[in-house]
Amino acid sequence: MSILVYVEQAAGKIKKTSLEAVSFAYALAGKTGEGEVIAIALGTLDRDELASIGESGATKVLQAADERLNAGVIQAHASAVAQAFESIGTKTLVLAKSSLGDAVAARLAIKLNAGLVSNVVELPRTEGGFVVKRSIYTGKAFADTTITTDKKILAIKKNAVEQKLDGAKAQVEAFLVSIPESDFASKISATERATGEVLLPEADIVVSGGRGMKGPENWGMIEELAKTLGAATGCSKPVSDIGWRPHHEHVGQTGVKVAPTLYIAVGISGAIQHLAGVNSSKCIVVINKDPEAPFFKAADYGIVGDAFEIVPQLTAALKAVQ
Amino acid sequence: MKILVCITHVPDTTSKIQFTTNNTKFDSTGVQFIIGPYDDYALARAVELRDQTGGTLTAMNVGEAETEPTLRKALAIGADDAVRVNSFPKDSFFVAKQIAHFAEEGGYDLILMGRESIDFNGGMVHGMVGELLGMPSFSPVMKLELEGTIVKMAREIEGGKEHLEAQLPLIAGCQEPIAEWKIPNMRGIMSARTKPLVVVEPISQETQAEASSYQLPPAKGSVKLMDKGQVSELVRLLKNEAKVL
Repeated sequence: MSILVYVEQAAGKIKKTSLEAVSFAYALAGKTGEGEVIAIALGTLDRDELASIGESGATKVLQAADERLNAGVIQAHASAVAQAFESIGTKTLVLAKSSLGDAVAARLAIKLNAGLVSNVVELPRTEGGFVVKRSIYTGKAFADTTITTDKKILAIKKNAVEQKLDGAKAQVEAFLVSIPESDFASKISATERATGEVLLPEADIVVSGGRGMKGPENWGMIEELAKTLGAATGCSKPVSDIGWRPHHEHVGQTGVKVAPTLYIAVGISGAIQHLAGVNSSKCIVVINKDPEAPFFKAADYGIVGDAFEIVPQLTAALKAVQ
Repeated sequence: MKILVCITHVPDTTSKIQFTTNNTKFDSTGVQFIIGPYDDYALARAVELRDQTGGTLTAMNVGEAETEPTLRKALAIGADDAVRVNSFPKDSFFVAKQIAHFAEEGGYDLILMGRESIDFNGGMVHGMVGELLGMPSFSPVMKLELEGTIVKMAREIEGGKEHLEAQLPLIAGCQEPIAEWKIPNMRGIMSARTKPLVVVEPISQETQAEASSYQLPPAKGSVKLMDKGQVSELVRLLKNEAKVL
């Protein structure tokens, strides 16, 4: 039996986190001996872009090319994915945890009567029950969760598996959906999205600044360091509360939870609420002039010193090795 | 206008997380429980909207008797009455079923809750309740304004936000900066003691994905501290030792 993956797009490109979800499904199919991985993509997308989902492990991509689905209309997306799920007769749906993915998955769980687990961090164990490991308490612990329903939905956390890149092109097929008009009753009137930048929740490297940066006018060096690394920029809660940086950059317990390969914190003391947003990072570097800053205890590498001196030096040193 | 706000009873954000009974139960020794921070935003906005529309505001929680002080706090902040579904919240599906049943009977126009609980971080209950009731659901909502029966919202998306318009009734999972957290005043605390808090039994026991055991992440190795003269050494370590560049 095949596994369905709901893939999301941003500005015409399939999101990297969705491609990770495709690779997760591919590994799951390999483990359980299930058949192929089929992706469902909603909206009008370039055919070559869709075919490239194959490189991450899908053999087929269903495209519901209804332009009303280009926007993330939650109910309409849920209806479309449910139709794909039923039409291919699968039992398992995989998707990347995201703002839209979470909202759609929850409605699908009820529509399909499927047990749903979110924040999945590794491949399920399938011997004697379907047991999924998920991150809980904002990264401070894990829970083994048993799905008891026949149909299952897994919303996976970033970096749960490596994205596979060695597959072939996928076959793209048109998929006709019939979505009730009432699903489009709520209207998205405008979308504001940072452009030309790496998006924080999806970034492999994140550079964050805190109050130690002393003011928004000093963010140039954070941005320069981020640009050198191909990283996204983040900030601590006080920084977004004072309005130095936009709210969508706030990393922490009540902000964005990130799971990058490398997290660099500059001038952030490391309150427990901030740590909750970064504790899934593979490697943490802390730059702070206070050797007693609690963040050093959660870090892999630390430099004690003035950020205004060290950050430009670090940027230069990184440029030198590139 | 009838507003329902659903709140979770969760460990304070500074709590040390530990488990007991062979890693099958949360260890609540020395842990202070609070209204979930996201639910606190939902509650604050719900109080403002109730005051604006002159409607009623009910606070709801699915939990055992120990969660009542948390519900009383919601009453002190401004809810008119409260209901507790008397059961441990077994999974998202179980909780959504209880809320949907109660909300349907009560005919609520607006159902608010946090974007996610800070214990299990699922962020699924609002969407499930929406689908169970056939109502639109939105999350994470960072702005919510009422204009008659039209609701104008902003929803956070990766790297930005989306502006939306929808009709009541609807469900929203909330986050900052939808409203400022409210601190109960003395009058609120006094009146909370006498406001109605009804206890009802769950309508079904059905679950789909219950947690069976817990683990803590492996302990972090100690930090390698350097001084400001060692920036190139840091780059070397990131490249060759941590292999993250």
